[in-house]
Order: sequence, then C-alpha cells, then structure tokens
Amino acid sequence: MTEMIATPAELDTATALERVRSWFTDVRVMTWRNVLHIRREPMQLSDVTIQPVLFTLLFIYIFGTAMVVRGGGSYKDFALAGLLMMNLTTSAVGTAIGLSSDLATGVINRLRTLPMSPTAILFGRSFSDLLAAIICSSFVVLTGLAVGWRPDAGAASIAAGFGLALLFSYALTWAMACLGLLAASPESAQGIVMLFMFPLAFVSNVFAATQGMPAWLATIANWNPVSAVTSACRSLFGNPNPSSTIHTWPMQHSVMASLVWSVVILVVSVTAAGHLYRHRTNS
Amino acid sequence: MNKNNMIEAEAISKRYGETQALDRVDLEVAAGTILSVLGPNGAGKTTGVRILTTLTKPDSGRAWVAGHDVVAEAAAVRRKIGVTGQDATLDDALTGRQNLVMVGELSRLRRAEAKRRAVELLGLFELEDAADRIVKGYSGGMRRRLDLAASLVMRPPVLFLDEPTTGLDPTSRRRMWTMIRELVTDGATLWLTTQYLDEADALADRIAVIDHGRLIAQGTPLELKAAIGSQLLEVTLASPHAGAAEAIEALASGSVHITGGGLRLRAPVASEHGLVISALRALDEIGAQVDDIVVHRPSLDDVFATLTGVAPSPDQDEETEGVAA
Repeated sequence: MTEMIATPAELDTATALERVRSWFTDVRVMTWRNVLHIRREPMQLSDVTIQPVLFTLLFIYIFGTAMVVRGGGSYKDFALAGLLMMNLTTSAVGTAIGLSSDLATGVINRLRTLPMSPTAILFGRSFSDLLAAIICSSFVVLTGLAVGWRPDAGAASIAAGFGLALLFSYALTWAMACLGLLAASPESAQGIVMLFMFPLAFVSNVFAATQGMPAWLATIANWNPVSAVTSACRSLFGNPNPSSTIHTWPMQHSVMASLVWSVVILVVSVTAAGHLYRHRTNS
Repeated sequence: MNKNNMIEAEAISKRYGETQALDRVDLEVAAGTILSVLGPNGAGKTTGVRILTTLTKPDSGRAWVAGHDVVAEAAAVRRKIGVTGQDATLDDALTGRQNLVMVGELSRLRRAEAKRRAVELLGLFELEDAADRIVKGYSGGMRRRLDLAASLVMRPPVLFLDEPTTGLDPTSRRRMWTMIRELVTDGATLWLTTQYLDEADALADRIAVIDHGRLIAQGTPLELKAAIGSQLLEVTLASPHAGAAEAIEALASGSVHITGGGLRLRAPVASEHGLVISALRALDEIGAQVDDIVVHRPSLDDVFATLTGVAPSPDQDEETEGVAA
C-alpha cells in the first residue's frame, strides 16, 4: 500500500508532455464510453440515420415537386446542402441531452473523484457527437446520390464543403453543450435546445432562397450562420446557389463567413462550457 | 494537522439553503483504521463525504486527506482516495469489466494494466460470471461490490464508503463486511458512513455519531456503548418468584425493575457471551419457571435517545429508507 502513496514532489514532476498524453487518454476513454452507449441503444442514433433519410426523401419527392429553384437548376441539387445542414443542426440537440443526462447520474460523481482531466468529459462528448455528425452526413449524401443528387465540382472542393459543414457542426456541438450544462435536467435540456434549434435551422436558406422572404426575415436569414455554411457548401459542391447573388457580406463570402462563424462559436462556447461545467460541479 | 492522521476535518460547516448540513465538525482518522460515521438519514453523513472527496467545498473550516488540503489540493487528494457512493456511481450501459477498465484508464493506468487490474478485481469481488453483462441488470449486492471494486482500482490509501450496505440483504451485507475488513488488513484507512449501529460496531475502530449536522459523540465502540448504556435483560416468569430479582441482580449492572405483579423483570446488563444461559441457570436453580427471556441490544434509536436526550422522531427511524442524506 505504502508504495502507492506518492509525495507531492512526485506529483509535480509530471511533465507537460505527460499531462498532454493523459489528457488525450482521458478524452479517448470518454469518447469510447459514449460510443459504447450508442452501441447499447442504437435507436439513439435514429436522428442521424433514419431522420436524414426520411427528410431527404420528404423534401425531394414531396415538397421538391412544387419548388422552382431561383436562377434555375434542379431542386435535388439545390436541396442537398440544405438537407445536410438542417440534419446536422437538429442532430446537435443530442449533445445537450447527452451531457445533461451524464450530469444527472451518479457516474459524474465517480468521474469527478478520479484524477482525470475534467474537460475530458466535455471533449469526449464533443468527439462522439462529431462521429454522429459524420454518420449523419453519410446518410444524407448516400440518400441524395440514390435519388439523383449530383455534385459538379472537383473532389477537393466537394471534400472542403463537407469539411466546412462538419467544422460548423462541431462548433455547434459546443454551443449545445453549454445549453446542456445550463439545463436543470435532460428533459429541460431538450426543451431549451429545441427553442434555439428551430429558428437556426429553418430561418435560413436551407429549403428556399431567401429572396422570396419578407425583407426583415431575409436579413435575419442571410446573417444566420447556417445560411452561410449552406451557401458555401452549394458553391463548393457546384450546385445551384441563389444566395450568391445577395449583396450581404456572408452571402458574398460564404466560405470565409462559415469559417469565421465556426471559429467564433467554437472559441466562445468552449470557454463558456468550461466555466459552466466548473460552476455546475462546484456546489 | 497531525502527521499520523490520514483524514482530518477541522470545524467544517456546510449549509444548503435553510439546512445546516454540517455544523463545525471536527474529526480525525488515524492511518490504517476505520472510522464509522453513524447517523440517521439527513444527518450530514453524505455532505461530509462529499467535502472530503473534493466533490463539494465547505463553507468554512478546513480538511486534509493524506496530508493534502481538500480544497487547495483537490487534484492531489483525488490521487489518494477511492469513493463508493450511496447511489452507485457506475455506468449502467457499460459492462462490469468496461466500468473497471474505464476507471483504471482515467486513473492513469495503461490500457493493458487497466484490463489486468479489472480481471483481478472481478475475481476478488466474485463478479467473474457477470463481468461482461451490462450493469443495468446487476442485483443490488453486485452493484455495491462492483462500486467498491471500482474505488479500489488504484489501491488508494484512503477509502470513503458511503452507506455501503444500505438496502442489501443480510447475506450480501455480511459479504461486504468481510471485504471491507480485508481492505484494512491491507493497510487502507477507511471512512465508513452507516445508519446501522451493528455495522459500526462490527467494523469500526472508532465511531462518530452525527445528527442534524453536529458531531454529538465519538469514541471506540466500547466507549460509546458505555455512554449509551448497557443492554437490557427482560425475563417473563410463569408465576411470581421471591428469589428471582436477587438471581437476576447478580448478573445485572444496575437495579432490577419488577412489573406485571412480579411476572416481568428488567435489568441492565453488560454485553457478554453466555448471558442468557447464566440467567436461565440461575433462575432454574432457585426453581423459578421462565416463560420468556430476551436481551434488548441498544439500537440507533437508543443511541440518539441517550446522546441527545430526545426520543427519535419517526422520520429518523433507522428502518426508514429513501430520504436523502
């Protein structure tokens, strides 16, 4: 037993490199744990598997038949980037609920008495949700290809489009983590998040060009970060992009706007999540 | 701070809204010993554990575990402790083995080492057969054993067990007791909270009694029992017998009370083996016919009645379950 009792001096000798390595281990373990949870209850994944397929079919075959794309082009080609962003945005809800559920169970007490990095709980959650976002994107793309969506750009450009969508989705995950940490219970987390999610996903250019909206709504939609990323994806995929003719900065520079939005949301949310987590767990 | 103490609390207080959960509690636990913190639901036992295990900060007062301040050096404290919570702190969706490997890796063991330690602990706690089943399907006793195993992954020198046997059946309880005793023979220092006097009596070197957040008594089990008062011997005779009181008095530690027209005799007695046999033999020798003979052991109710001078209210009954502590 006695050999286990390290002196304070020993503890401080952990080098910066060792600390970084331990942090990565902690994050890997927490990510693995969340993935095991999903494997245990695969229906948790329905919002990134079944839902994307259903929405894609719904919009392309039901609403799409009545849609005319402003500036020309096929609605299938126009819709895919929008469907990608809508599904990624709504599936980010899972982060808030997952984190809120973790805080509501006894597991968090065990984790907090371990010498692990407390931020690993948040990063582990963000990475397992990034994995879910990748699955979500794959389902949207495969369904899209099956019903006739065709990109018209080089592989690098298409990959950049998906990269941008996933970067934004990852940033959004952290914003959702903040809401999850603010919510008193998993149920209220769901409620709060939905309140943010609906305007974010729908007051945008994902399903229809913003030119047809009332001016005030169009302004909001054009500055909605989801519109910027959707517009960037459409350009990078070589698909019809009516937003490119709108004279607001994010619509004119959609790739740059997407990057700026993602980085700003990421920096603010990661910082805020760290504070909220500490506040939440320091009663 | 005393160097020989693995746990030391100095006037720690904690208030939750209107409730004074802990009120200037001083406690210390010498290395390699078991302190049992005894008290009813809501007495402040769990708050004490939460402060000492760095989960909650005290409003005032200071505490050290393994020489580290629980507030200023929380990270160092976490490397020295194992905690078994009142509501099991396990991941329900993982298997027993996965839970232990997770705790091992998060405690800085390498993956292979964490797996090896998990196998060792699953064996030690007789959980091999359930190792690869999801914890959600475990029985209460199995969950407690896995929870205890999880807190032992790093062989911590200090262990906090918060009501480790509450809600367990008698067999599982005995099994936990055996395992807890083995921990101390291995050199660990234990802080064990319980609502059961017999548990404190069976396991602890010292007992601290708390109620309404205040430390109301502490000492060895023997000292406390002396303070509480001895057990009561109660004899019911078939017919009154003139010599019965004298026969009982010889075994008693106090005076004999006679009620029921000489049929019922009650006397405080010291706890010792063979007491009932001696009493029966003494009564038989004088020709008294015994209908019934009972020894009442002091219960938690008696402890509180004696220490606080107030009869316990119904919600402090030791059988009451489910009230947040």
